Amino acid sequence: MTLIKHELRQGRISFLIWTASVGFLLAVCVFLYPEMKGQMEDVGDVFSSMGSFSDAFGMDRLNFGTLLGFYTIECGNVLGLGGAFFAALCGAGILSKEEKDRTAEFLLTHPVSRARIVTEKLVSVYAQIIAMNLVIYGISLGSIAAIGESVPWKELNLLHLAYFLLQAELAGICFGISAFVRRGSAGIGLGIAAGMYFLNLVANIAQAAEFLKYVTPFGYAEGADIIEKGCLDETLVAIGLALGAIGIGAAYGKYCRKDIR
Amino acid sequence: MDAIKIENLTKYYGKARGIREIDLTVAEGEFFGFIGPNGAGKSTTIRTLLGLIGPTSGRAYIYGLDIVKQNKEILARVGYLPSEAVFYSGMRVREVLKLSADLRRKDCGEEAARLCERLQLDTSRKVEELSFGNRKKVGIVCALQHEPALLILDEPTSGLDPLMQREFFDILRERNRAGATVFLSSHILSEIQHNCTRAAIIREGRVIACDSVEALSRTTARRVSVRGEVSLEGLEGIRDREDSPGAVNFLYSGDMNLLLQRLAAGRVSDLSVSEPDLEEIFMHYYES
Repeated sequence: MTLIKHELRQGRISFLIWTASVGFLLAVCVFLYPEMKGQMEDVGDVFSSMGSFSDAFGMDRLNFGTLLGFYTIECGNVLGLGGAFFAALCGAGILSKEEKDRTAEFLLTHPVSRARIVTEKLVSVYAQIIAMNLVIYGISLGSIAAIGESVPWKELNLLHLAYFLLQAELAGICFGISAFVRRGSAGIGLGIAAGMYFLNLVANIAQAAEFLKYVTPFGYAEGADIIEKGCLDETLVAIGLALGAIGIGAAYGKYCRKDIR
Repeated sequence: MDAIKIENLTKYYGKARGIREIDLTVAEGEFFGFIGPNGAGKSTTIRTLLGLIGPTSGRAYIYGLDIVKQNKEILARVGYLPSEAVFYSGMRVREVLKLSADLRRKDCGEEAARLCERLQLDTSRKVEELSFGNRKKVGIVCALQHEPALLILDEPTSGLDPLMQREFFDILRERNRAGATVFLSSHILSEIQHNCTRAAIIREGRVIACDSVEALSRTTARRVSVRGEVSLEGLEGIRDREDSPGAVNFLYSGDMNLLLQRLAAGRVSDLSVSEPDLEEIFMHYYES
């Protein structure tokens, strides 16, 4: 518990900034909706008929003129990217920072097993991700209520669940990488998150690249698919969670035997 | 029981040498010195003992506990002061001390306060604002506050002013008298000579001598300084020779009779033959 508390304290500023930024942008998007609603009825067709651009963001299948369609596209991108960046940064830095900041010698000469250190750090990563998602879920509900729209509960819950799973997967993968690297973890984390995001755009545009949906977690967090089907694609989710679990397993395997410089 | 028992311990970093076939035993209650220049393998040995790095081959035990399999149990008995203490930035000194104690699941508040007082360490400062020496003091308190049975100190005095060094060694001697074993690595020989009972000398990853400090200091070599005119050409066993007008000064480990013959043949106005200090002996170990 000591280490979890310590990590949460160490990460609190980063957590507050990311949560506040994503939450603020999300709320701004929702508050823009009433303004956009009237105009959107005219331009909705335009947005959905911009060819590949529409395909990339799922605008060919979602109606920009409804709250749900608007929320899925605008807010989905904000929460999708923002959440992914935060989760990836969190996971990628948590183990490697000890060696980068040269605090590993301090931490690892206390009577705490390496496995325990990995576990407590893992818990602190997921605690931050869960907390961020709860706060943002609350902000989302609050801002929808504030503009007087009714909450599309099922779809909203599915969307937020999908983004949480996406973050959990990315965090797991980056956590694994974190055990192997000594520096440059932030770049790797952000690179992976951004790369996964673009892979999904490519998968949306090009038929031939649709298999990429099996690789990127943004595949199962694709708003248009979720709204259309009314559920998450279990296969994609299972593959994603398996990848995250492999990352976590690799972290234990590596960090428990690693030579600390 | 031996506090530290190292058997044939070897560590390679890839192909680069760390330490090779180290054998060393430190008895409980000893004040043991580990001497060697930078890069000789002192820190590698210590870091292997503490489980920060895994040995390539060989074994080592601390209080009979295996360094690879029983790392956690060992760390509970050890207080370690790294040569360069680094802490989490943003934390205050007292928070670092508390974290260290919490990770050991011990309440060390009283002892920490006593140590901070003696070392004149301000616990309200932020660690990243501290000078190297003050950071070292935080490391010292972290290593000592839980009153460990074995203290492993890696170049502990670097950065400390002479008054603090004295206070620090006073504390170590008190701990040693109370039963703690002290393992002190250093490249400062006077430190070892004044404080340790036994010492090992490490060079290029190998222990080249291990004995009581007294025995290590004992040697047949003598520091000879001669005033006058003497021909020393061709005489074997002369090292570290310094010539000045009308005088010569050197370390002699050859046959005394041959030296006396040369001296008798010359014109000597003054002569002194003395035991070399540990510093010179140390150089001797390194040059041979």
